[in-house]
Amino acid sequence: MNELLITVFTPMAATLILATVRQLKWAGWLNLLASTAAFVASLFLAFRVAKTGPLTAMTFRVDDFNVYLIVLTAFVGMTSAIFSRPYMQYVCETGKINKKGMQLYHSMYQAFMFTMLLALSTDNLGVLWVAVEGATLATVLLVSLYRTAEAIEAAWKYFILCGVGIALALFGTVLVYFAAQHTVADGTAGMTWSVLYTGASKLHPSIMILAFVFLLIGYGTKVGLVPMHQWLPDAHSEGPTPMSAVLSGLLLNVALYAIVRFKMLVDGSLTLSSKPHMAGYLMMGFGLLSFLVAGLFLHRQRDIKRMFSYSSIEHMGLMTFAFGLGGPLATFGALLHMLVHSLTKSAIFVTVGHAAHIAGTQSIDHIRGLIRTQPAVGWALLFGVAAIAGFPPFGIFTSEFLLLTATMESQPWFTLPLLMGLAIAFAGLFRNLHPMVYGTAPKEQQPVQANMIPITVHLLLVLWLGLSIPGFLAVWLNRATELIAGASLL
Amino acid sequence: MNLELVPMLQQIMLVLASMVLLISFILMDQVRLVAAIHTFAWQGALIAAITTIVAISEGHMHLYFSALLTFTLKALLIPWMLHRQVRKLELDHEKEALEHPVIASMIAVALVIFSYWLVLPIVQQELIFTRNVVAISLAVVLIGFLIMVVRKQAIAQVLGFMSMENGLFLAAVSATSGMPLIIELGVAFDVLVAMVLFGIFFFQIRESIESLDVDRLNHLSESEKE
Repeated sequence: MNELLITVFTPMAATLILATVRQLKWAGWLNLLASTAAFVASLFLAFRVAKTGPLTAMTFRVDDFNVYLIVLTAFVGMTSAIFSRPYMQYVCETGKINKKGMQLYHSMYQAFMFTMLLALSTDNLGVLWVAVEGATLATVLLVSLYRTAEAIEAAWKYFILCGVGIALALFGTVLVYFAAQHTVADGTAGMTWSVLYTGASKLHPSIMILAFVFLLIGYGTKVGLVPMHQWLPDAHSEGPTPMSAVLSGLLLNVALYAIVRFKMLVDGSLTLSSKPHMAGYLMMGFGLLSFLVAGLFLHRQRDIKRMFSYSSIEHMGLMTFAFGLGGPLATFGALLHMLVHSLTKSAIFVTVGHAAHIAGTQSIDHIRGLIRTQPAVGWALLFGVAAIAGFPPFGIFTSEFLLLTATMESQPWFTLPLLMGLAIAFAGLFRNLHPMVYGTAPKEQQPVQANMIPITVHLLLVLWLGLSIPGFLAVWLNRATELIAGASLL
Repeated sequence: MNLELVPMLQQIMLVLASMVLLISFILMDQVRLVAAIHTFAWQGALIAAITTIVAISEGHMHLYFSALLTFTLKALLIPWMLHRQVRKLELDHEKEALEHPVIASMIAVALVIFSYWLVLPIVQQELIFTRNVVAISLAVVLIGFLIMVVRKQAIAQVLGFMSMENGLFLAAVSATSGMPLIIELGVAFDVLVAMVLFGIFFFQIRESIESLDVDRLNHLSESEKE
């Protein structure tokens, strides 16, 4: 229990402390310290859950599914904090933001981590909603941090779209609560996920499916599902780079996590009805659409961060599709994909931050010859993109392979659009990547002080996961699969 | 439904709920900004009244508190904050006519019908009263969304956003006799923070485009920076 409280509430305490710290030098280190503390505590939490099984106390519930996401969230939060400290100092030196902006940045970084960890660990659907909405509120001022016209526009769009989306999700949550009131004896427990899950078969199926439509659209806005994805490329391209890394690596995952939790409830209530896979079909539809549309949009991007945010939409679409497909193999693949995508994508955004720093712009047409100017950054970008495009031996290849196999087993016709989508996305990424990495560097281009630790660690982990998934992790993911899909894979 | 069979309190609630829906229509077509803020305050007050009635009929203590919370937040605090910002931004006499008020109203009517259609599956007999209120609150949510689409002025959009929240609150209070208190507090906190942030954004937008017409926020598009 203590591990859990430390994991979740360290960022909250840090939010308050960092709001008062004026010295920039200290703020960056404190941010890193708090993130590290949360990560270490989350490791202990994971050991605890592995040893004694699901942990339920107060309004928290940590089981095999969310504990791995908690560790992942705390880990990416920590490595992004390592990157963010020197990077934000450089941004501050360029005069893009003032000291007050920095204070806000550090405080809100931790506030965001707090909302993410709270959303993952809570057992209460209402608290889940409050936390996900809180994540929007914490990050919206960070998107407009640079105060340019574009940044303010992006932030406004982000605020309005996610606000609307999340409002629809609340309507869905209210409907679930409404359905629960007729079956659950204790009314106030109608918001508790574990209570609902045990009595899921008694929930009114038509209310649940109506609720799920709202929840899928609502939380789907945050996942970045097409056509509710409009905010995502803007917010990613205009906000500070460490923010893009955590938004892509964490926020999207957490929103998808919420959808999967609700799908488990809906599936339970629909088992005896005439269309037991309704929720899954909805997810497959939205997922496939996002996957294909984002792949096509990749080709049109001229801004490097926008391009990678479309790649995030594409991968989130693929995961949504896989969770919708259901079955142990697809679920296992989706869980693995969540893990490797987060690691790879946050590493890419960190690299992109350095690349944009070297070239002094985010425009793809003006970033040239990275390998010549600074080999480390160039190679990191090349490897990162190779990993995200699904090249072996990186982990994304493994998870995508599993997903394709699962699709071929249960819905063979869908393999075709999936393969096409992967090819389109691959082409889109590499046609832009090639000149950026190889091309001739402009004469005055200078290497910058780059922090390669987070990138290297992430990419090595992804490589490791691609070569051999360590036994404990396989068991871990397998238990989560068992929880979600009802059957074990191994 | 047979109205004679519906208890008195529920009848009052239905009348109030339909007034909430009516206010959504007024909010959409209201030309003057200050008047729109006042209209919004009335909507909040009505929702607080509905909450009080549910509290009386169910006898839950926490619902009285929730009614008080709604009234303070939606009928007093948020309208007051908006009012202050309007004065600071010198928009007291701001008028914004819809481009196609008739079409917008027709769409809103269609949304109401759509909401009723959507809740049709909830057919159990004892739920017939709830079905009405759920449909109305869904319509309020969707019209709030429509307001955000048809209005170009940032403050009017925020009013649409907040009336969406009102619709959600109506759904929670009338269909499920209120969510657990802790959730309600959390939601209220989020709404309040959102309002403060909106206030900051009004100034940031104004600084950047010298107006609050968000249609002019159009730097970002797919084919920019060619």
